[in-house]
Amino acid sequence: MSPEIDVSSSETILEIKGLSKGFPGVQALSKVDFTLKRGEVHALMGENGAGKSTVIKVLTGVYEKDAGLITYNGTPLECSSPLHAQEVGISTVYQEVNLVPNLSVAENIFLGRQPIKFGLMDWKRMNKEAVEILNRFDIHLDVEKNLGEYPVAIQQMVAIARALELNAQILILDEPTSSLNVQETERLFNQIRRLRQEGTAIVFITHFLDQVYQISDTITVLRNGEYIGTWPAVELNKFQLIGKLLGKEAEKLSEVTATRITDANGKQNGSKKAIVETRGLSRDGGIKPFDLSVEPGDVLGCAGLLGSGRTEVANLLFGVDHPDDGDLLVEGKKEKVKSPRQALQLGIALSPEDRKEQGIIGDLSVRENIILALQNRKGWIKTLSLAEQQELADKYIKLLNIKTPSADQAIKNLSGGNQQKVIIGRWLAANPKFLILDEPTRGIDVGAKTEIQKLIVELSKQDMAVMFISSELEEIARCSTEVMVMHDMQVSDLLEGDEINEESIMQAIAERHTDNNHE
Amino acid sequence: MNNYTKASFVTRFLEGLKAIQWPLIALVVILLFNLIFTPGFFEIEIKDGRLTGSLMDLLKRASPRLIIALGMTLVIATEGIDVSVGSIAAIAGALAVLTIRGGDITYLATQGTSTVPMLLIIVVALGAAAICGLFNGILIAIVKIQPIIATLILMVAGRGMAMLFTGGYVLNYDHPTYESLGIGDWFGIPVPIFLAIGTFLLIWLVTTRTPMGLLIQSTGGNETASRYSGTNTKVVKIIVYVMIGLCSGLAGIIFTADVQSADAAFIGLWIELEAILAVVIGGTAMTGGRYSLAGTVVGALIIQTLITTLLTRAVPVQYTLIFQASVVVIVLILQSPKIKELAFKRRARKEARSHA
Repeated sequence: MSPEIDVSSSETILEIKGLSKGFPGVQALSKVDFTLKRGEVHALMGENGAGKSTVIKVLTGVYEKDAGLITYNGTPLECSSPLHAQEVGISTVYQEVNLVPNLSVAENIFLGRQPIKFGLMDWKRMNKEAVEILNRFDIHLDVEKNLGEYPVAIQQMVAIARALELNAQILILDEPTSSLNVQETERLFNQIRRLRQEGTAIVFITHFLDQVYQISDTITVLRNGEYIGTWPAVELNKFQLIGKLLGKEAEKLSEVTATRITDANGKQNGSKKAIVETRGLSRDGGIKPFDLSVEPGDVLGCAGLLGSGRTEVANLLFGVDHPDDGDLLVEGKKEKVKSPRQALQLGIALSPEDRKEQGIIGDLSVRENIILALQNRKGWIKTLSLAEQQELADKYIKLLNIKTPSADQAIKNLSGGNQQKVIIGRWLAANPKFLILDEPTRGIDVGAKTEIQKLIVELSKQDMAVMFISSELEEIARCSTEVMVMHDMQVSDLLEGDEINEESIMQAIAERHTDNNHE
Repeated sequence: MNNYTKASFVTRFLEGLKAIQWPLIALVVILLFNLIFTPGFFEIEIKDGRLTGSLMDLLKRASPRLIIALGMTLVIATEGIDVSVGSIAAIAGALAVLTIRGGDITYLATQGTSTVPMLLIIVVALGAAAICGLFNGILIAIVKIQPIIATLILMVAGRGMAMLFTGGYVLNYDHPTYESLGIGDWFGIPVPIFLAIGTFLLIWLVTTRTPMGLLIQSTGGNETASRYSGTNTKVVKIIVYVMIGLCSGLAGIIFTADVQSADAAFIGLWIELEAILAVVIGGTAMTGGRYSLAGTVVGALIIQTLITTLLTRAVPVQYTLIFQASVVVIVLILQSPKIKELAFKRRARKEARSHA
């Protein structure tokens, strides 16, 4: 099943054989093999819950393995902690930035190995070197400012800069580009190419298939904790890869790759009343005045680069932020939405962008996470009985195909894609009229992505209005009946009907950017 | 896949027991120790129609502490803490006695049997306690002061206020009905035990029959996500601080009824530490989220049993504190995630071996 790769061409730096790891109730890895050579970019692929992150965590000493052998530079290796892994030359940048937001950029880069002079911190040297390191990435920051003051994308770049500065022989990048825009990603790839030439071995985990082919030499696929195979990137085309990831044959992928799953003329002309309408809604120093009208059955796609104001629009509609000017009309009535609670009462729901911080309540069970919004909508008097809760939980676990051993499982034990589905289930249970999904498919696997896209279309057919915010133009083009393009904190274009395709959206975004350059 | 829906009450109860197995085992060990080495520890005699003995005494003494610890459980579950409980108990106790005495704070003033109605006394004492809790809750939820700092204010100021109410004296009183809340018995069982059981049932009902329990756990588990889900986290927090205020007030009433006097300087002194310990021993994490009321009951019993054991064995005070701390450390170590992980691994290895 897995063709052997020509090992002679370059020196093997890391070899994993028969790696197994179990958690209560889940066998996360069973007998996984992985071979990494110097100077290669090796993509580690798999759906959510396939075990990619677990392999990395076992390798870097976050978890202890149950069985298997890890050979590093020819000798067996068992890392006791991520620090130990760093010391031997294995650096990792995790999916979620895990630096200290309250420390300065320079402190974050040098955390744990601060330059010392006369037994004291050498601040001057540290700040100077931090600037030099970041300059190499073409990032120019005030390194004495707190890291938390910068956007996530910048934090991610700082995390990568830090990892590279540790003189890594192996650099592991776990979803490094999920919060980066096109230019930032390109910048990162240039760094990766430079490192590859210097002989660093790079493990690259991503869900963006295009990026895999852009930069990887080798691809290893895992599925449900099992090793599927390793191939040179040139020998495995995109469709074959998707087939391996999903465990389906390539010809059955038509539904995944269909260009458009929503009706081009799905919008009916003026027959329905708008659910949500904005007139010149704006926020000082934030989003500029915008007009919107969303009717039942609409899927309003929201496209734009990172920081273009997509999330800000969602937060304004959901009462997280408050407008300074303009009107918000819900079903024709002027409303002041002061809090998410109030938005929920009005039938507006938001599945937020940051799943971990704003979405899941990790310790609580899948059941409790699902019923939370509905319970809040019902108020404090009408309590959902355990039987009702269980019924709802079962319904959405089934409807959304959530993979969990039981509804009583703590949500933190689920994979990212399944957590996302639970959060969507939470909002569906609350039965909103207008559902805002902010990046619902970020960092989750192809299969779950397709399911969520289909669900969006399905919901619109049931006359729900959906706002679909995404960085992937492909899925916006595929699902939307209307697309708003955001640029620099304002709505720059509205595309309808036949105008909606990847190219036209891309063009709308690109035009605005060239406009700006002329100014 | 659907078998969990049919989980019976018994299975859920057993699961609940399993969650608090370590504190339970610790309690059983201490009780076994007493069974073997402390003669008469489990003897219960009937004297003048009431049950007496070490065990009854232990339960009675544990009651006010448990009442506060139950409130503390909810506060800790919202990722908060309340160090003002002792002072709130002092305020409530002082005001109750003051009400009985008709506002007369003359030291050792001769007073006949008071006829002030119980309802008035209770309303004054618990009302003041609820206002204290509301004050804490507003500081924490609205003004957004860190819980330990916010409640520290009332911990210090509250005892001062209580001493102002009593004029700095130890005020005695004569009010048989009020006294009975501390020293009386119903059906031969001390009244404080009923009050503790009542508090437990009330809190249990409020947190399971209304969304309160869910909202407390979600607020403590992830406040931002709870807000995004439409939870009014401010109201949730204010409610738990009012609840612990009421618990503290009730404890203050029991303390002053037990000794038939109010000494504002000592009512509920250091009780916040015992309450927090009981909660933590009972398995509720200081980081908020999941909590266990049953765990807190066991935690409070462990602490009180230890104290009683050492007292009945005439261990010098300086050793009792050290011994108490040692038991606490052992229970906490047994509960730590690290130990759980080790236990899981051993079990997994054993299973692997039995499969092979």
